[in-house]
Amino acid sequence: MNAAATLPPVSQAASPPRVPATTWVSVYLRMLAVQGAWNYESMLGNGIGFAMEPVLRLLPGGVHGASFKQAMARESRYFNAHPYLAAVAVGALARAELEGEAPARIERFRTALTGPLGSVGDRLVWAGWLPLCSLLALAAFGLGAGPALTIGMFLVLYNAGHLGLRAWGLTVGWQRGVRVASALGNPVLRHGPAQIARVAAVAAGIALPLALYRVIGPARALITGVRIRIPLTGRVTHSVLIGRDLTLVAGVFLLVALGAMLIVRLRGRVEGWRLALWGLACFVLYSVIR
Amino acid sequence: MSWLELLPLALLGGLLGLDVVAFPQAMISRPLVASTLTGALVGYPENGLIVGATLELIALETLPFGASRYPEWGSASVVGGALFTLHGGQLAGGLEVAVLGALATAFVGGWSMVKLRQLNARWARNSAQALEAGARGTVTRLQLMGMTADLVRGVLLTALALAVLSPIATACLALWSTDARLSRTVVIAVAAAVTSGAAWKLFHTTSGARLCFVGGLVAGFVVLFLR
Repeated sequence: MNAAATLPPVSQAASPPRVPATTWVSVYLRMLAVQGAWNYESMLGNGIGFAMEPVLRLLPGGVHGASFKQAMARESRYFNAHPYLAAVAVGALARAELEGEAPARIERFRTALTGPLGSVGDRLVWAGWLPLCSLLALAAFGLGAGPALTIGMFLVLYNAGHLGLRAWGLTVGWQRGVRVASALGNPVLRHGPAQIARVAAVAAGIALPLALYRVIGPARALITGVRIRIPLTGRVTHSVLIGRDLTLVAGVFLLVALGAMLIVRLRGRVEGWRLALWGLACFVLYSVIR
Repeated sequence: MSWLELLPLALLGGLLGLDVVAFPQAMISRPLVASTLTGALVGYPENGLIVGATLELIALETLPFGASRYPEWGSASVVGGALFTLHGGQLAGGLEVAVLGALATAFVGGWSMVKLRQLNARWARNSAQALEAGARGTVTRLQLMGMTADLVRGVLLTALALAVLSPIATACLALWSTDARLSRTVVIAVAAAVTSGAAWKLFHTTSGARLCFVGGLVAGFVVLFLR
């Protein structure tokens, strides 16, 4: 998006240079380890160089040529992006290098890609796809799915998106080269996060009571026990909303609501999992030394 | 816990810890998966699933955004799954102690990841000349060193956490005095509060998402009521 606006027009070959399929497989597999040497200074930089290395071997002179060494040095410098969408950069930069773009232009292009590939990926994957898949699996768990089905469903669903996104990124990056920024305007990337968030919100609502009810185990006796006959079907069911100890049930609901409000109020300062850590530590201590 | 019991769990912790960031980020490190795999490894996948689902509800809130420090759930979930399946599956307080052990390990795991990233930076700094010369061997070596160090970090973290927490868990469960039902209610309440807060954080900026959440909640309770 921004990258397209800041870069001057460039002459580009009508079709990209030919790269053997085995090279692409190698690049794709290396992309899975793109964060292998992640650090606070060059961030993803070394991983980008590592992933691109098989393609760069095709530069004139091969691995011993000056072009290869200069390209490796350039591509291993600082770079930051979402790890899955870094595939877009790898594809686009590989094409730019093989087409012999000017080094200064490649470096400007790398810099321009950093921001969009980070923010789009974070919203789409970390704040969207991952929670959605997790909540759907939790809903399946709450509905009684066994271990294999629950984790199988989560892994298949999540990785269909994960591996697909990496493959799409590499393909679109390679096809569009330095003009790849326009691909970031793809409707899935632009509107996907909001749509996924809505579906995930529904999934969260469904998964929360179902999953908690299954986890609750022995404490189920506190909130069940009242049998209700459904008038139309005549089916007998348990009421989960009416408990044997109404005070306790009401207290728990109140505590959950207060806890959630506290977490929301303290966001940015204290994370919920830390509060859970300290809260449980106090409870365990109380239960042991009482 | 004997070395024979500890070793496979530590190796699993290392592999799942590696998945968090370094390789391949396929989310086998999510608590739901990692704890269930741990349960399966020790013969009780159902118990692993229970503790995994509880941890997953708490982990929903933490998003692995780039340079931010976040808990390391991969190794931590192995620790939680092992503590629950080996010690507390049927005992009062078992889930509470396992979840607490996992959260404590996740806390230390987050710190260890920061240290690993600093170590990676030092290695890269020491290889700056070779990197500027475009040495592909150096790039590959740094990548392999980073991943190996991450794997070792996960193995050591899991082994250390289990070695320390396993006897503590046994002692805690022997002294546990709170009613089993109340104990379970507390951990459920904590997980529910964190998940509700997480749901708000994740979706409150999206128009219509709040309504979707309430609609889903109603649907969830209806399903629960009818089952």
